[in-house]
Formats: sequence, C-alpha cells, structure tokens
Amino acid sequence: MTYRTIRDLPREELFAPGHSMCAGCGAAIAMRWLTKVAGRNTIIVNATGCVEVTTTQFPHTAWRVPYLHVAFENAAAAASGVEAALRVLASKGLRAPSGEKVVVVAGDGGTYDIGLQSLSGMLERGHKVLYVLYDNEAYMNTGIQRSGSTPKYAWTTTTPVGPHIKGKVQWKKDIMGIVLAHRVVYAATASIAYVVDLANKARKALDYSEEGPTFLHVLAPCVPGWRYPENKTVEVARLAVETGYFPLYEWERGAFRLNPPSNTHMDKSRRRPLKEFLRLQGRFTHLTDQEIAEIEAELDTYWNHLAKLVQAYGQ
Amino acid sequence: MSGWRSLPAGAAVLRPGSTADNITGTWRVVRPVIDQERCIRCGICWMYCPDSAILELKREYTTRGGKRYEVTYEVDYDHCKGCGICANECPVKAIEVVLEAK
Repeated sequence: MTYRTIRDLPREELFAPGHSMCAGCGAAIAMRWLTKVAGRNTIIVNATGCVEVTTTQFPHTAWRVPYLHVAFENAAAAASGVEAALRVLASKGLRAPSGEKVVVVAGDGGTYDIGLQSLSGMLERGHKVLYVLYDNEAYMNTGIQRSGSTPKYAWTTTTPVGPHIKGKVQWKKDIMGIVLAHRVVYAATASIAYVVDLANKARKALDYSEEGPTFLHVLAPCVPGWRYPENKTVEVARLAVETGYFPLYEWERGAFRLNPPSNTHMDKSRRRPLKEFLRLQGRFTHLTDQEIAEIEAELDTYWNHLAKLVQAYGQ
Repeated sequence: MSGWRSLPAGAAVLRPGSTADNITGTWRVVRPVIDQERCIRCGICWMYCPDSAILELKREYTTRGGKRYEVTYEVDYDHCKGCGICANECPVKAIEVVLEAK
C-alpha cells in the first residue's frame, strides 16, 4: 500500500492532544503520523526524552496504544524483550499471535549516545522491531545540552558561544551509517515537512519489521533548542531537506535510493543555499561566512559519500 | 488522587489518550482563525498540526460563490497552543492569526 496524497493518509488519531510538548513541536508531528500509520495493534516502547516526559505525566497518557515507559539506555533492549515474549508465548500456544508491531520511539540522546549499545544489540540479534529516532539534535528536554547528533557550530547550553569555542566543536555523528553497518533490511531518513513520504516510509519499515529490525531517522526541529519562531517548524524542516542539510534516502533490501526532492540534489546547484536554513535559527546566528563555508564543505563531503552509495547500491 | 493504595498495579495508566482532559488551549497567546470562504480544503493545516487541533469534520459548506465542499476544517480551541504552523503553511492564506488579548 502506498499513500499518494493527503487524502490517502489515515484519519484516526492515536496520539491524543493535551500533551505538554511545546507549541510548534516537531517531534509531536512525527508521533502523530507514526501512530496513525502503525495503527491500534502496536506496542510503543519509549526511551527517556522529550516525547516520554511530555506525553506520560502521571496519571495521564497521550497514547491510545499500549505503551511501555523505559529508561534512556534500554529502549531497544526492552523492545527486544517484548518482541521475544510475544514470539515465545505464541510458540508455546499460550497466546494467539495477532500481528502486533513493536515500535521503539527514542530521541537523539537516547539513540546516538546513551542507547547506542542496546540499539546495536537489537539490530545484531535481529529482533522484529521498528526503531524510530526523532532527531532534534540535542538533549532538549533537560535544557538543550549537546548530543552526538548536534551539528558543528550549533549553540547549546554546554557548547556556548564565546572567545574559546563557537558552539559545538565536533561534527554530527552519522547514525545511519552505523545502522546500515548492521545490514538491516530497511532503514530510511524522513522529515516532518514531507509527511506523505514519512508515512510511506513508516508503512514500509513496519512491513519489513516482520523480517527483522528496521530503522527510521526523522528530523524533528525544536523551537526552544534551535531558537526560531514557533510557527516556522515545518518551514525549517523543509529547508533542512531543500538545502541538502538533511537528505531523504532509504535503504531497502540492499538497494540505496535518494527520495524526492533529495534525488535531484546530487547536482549542488539544485540545492537551496545552506544559509537559508541556518539564518532562521538562533543557534547559528553567530556564524561567520568562513564557518558557513566550512559546514558547506563538510556537507559536500557527505554528499560525495552518498554518491558513492548510489553508485555501489543504487538501482 | 486518593493515596498510593488506590493506584493500579505498577501505577499503570488505564485510560488511553487521557491527556485530552488537559485544556492546553490556555497556553495560547495568538489564535488561528480559519476563513471558510477562502479555505480550499487541502488538509495541509490538519496534516501539520502538532496538537491534532485542526478537526476535519464531515460537514458540508457552500461558499458565497457557490462552491460546495463536503468537509469543514475547524480549530479545536481547547487544545490549540497557538503555534501558528497552520497559518504559516496554508497555501491560500485562509488562516489568520489574531491576538488573544489586546
């Protein structure tokens, strides 16, 4: 099944309003669409992060599907256990299998840093789980501390801008590279600005999770952390893709494919200038032209790497 | 709440989606107002709302120009936090953002 337009998208809301996510939260848009596509027969396993603390303030929950509240480091391990338990109960005839999907929801802190070992273990053991990373590029819920996902030169409270350093010192980690090194059956990047693409990728990842672990990397802009006006969330997310900062691509059964509009961006002149993405955000206002050129050069290196993947694994 | 003895085992939350009881509309500083005459029913505001606060209602609407639509989009002001993404993304500028208090 493929969603072609907004009309085809699922209507039932399984992620209730009234949660305490910030006005204009990008991750909230991602959660709405993940639950809509996954449907009622889904078990969510949620690592510590913005989504967890804002949707499950006791005694309330925003989730209309079964939900397991776990720690930063063990979401993938707990999901592995849920999936294994369902499998064993079925094989012993104690519970009829009903095709439920097990889905991990974790932020960049819970994926790039603290939860990396449990994610790697889950991928290596081959659990039939979809892992959804909503990436807002820092520990936003505890007060904007840098993570392995924070891009170079981004201001955070632990990488301030001053005479000694100008925001984060290191580059953003290539988490998709780490996931693909586990030879998963399906992995993709997606953006909250391209909801139909996001929904199709979530659908595919859920279908492929019947064979083994799958992974979805969703860029979810953050109003207080990225420092832009709260009505610009979708605009910033769209510019991240259009400037080539966050390319949309998927890995499907050993084939690598860039998705629209990123499939035209191998030609640099088809990308919008990176400045358009950076200048909307307060975390980058201190950048000099030289620093922007440095970020652009690093992006070009990344695109060259993607070009090689297309060459080697493209169809 | 009436003490820990009355909690369900494991402090499980038994009512799915119960955050809907929280009236997050009180957070709002600005209010989006949909102009039903200009709205082309594309669903983009509904698609992008982080608070599921754009409701897609099966209610017919006929514009003064005679164009008939089968659905109407309305704002759920109990939960809309007033971020304004809907107005920013609306392709026909049918959503106006107005101050809650003057």
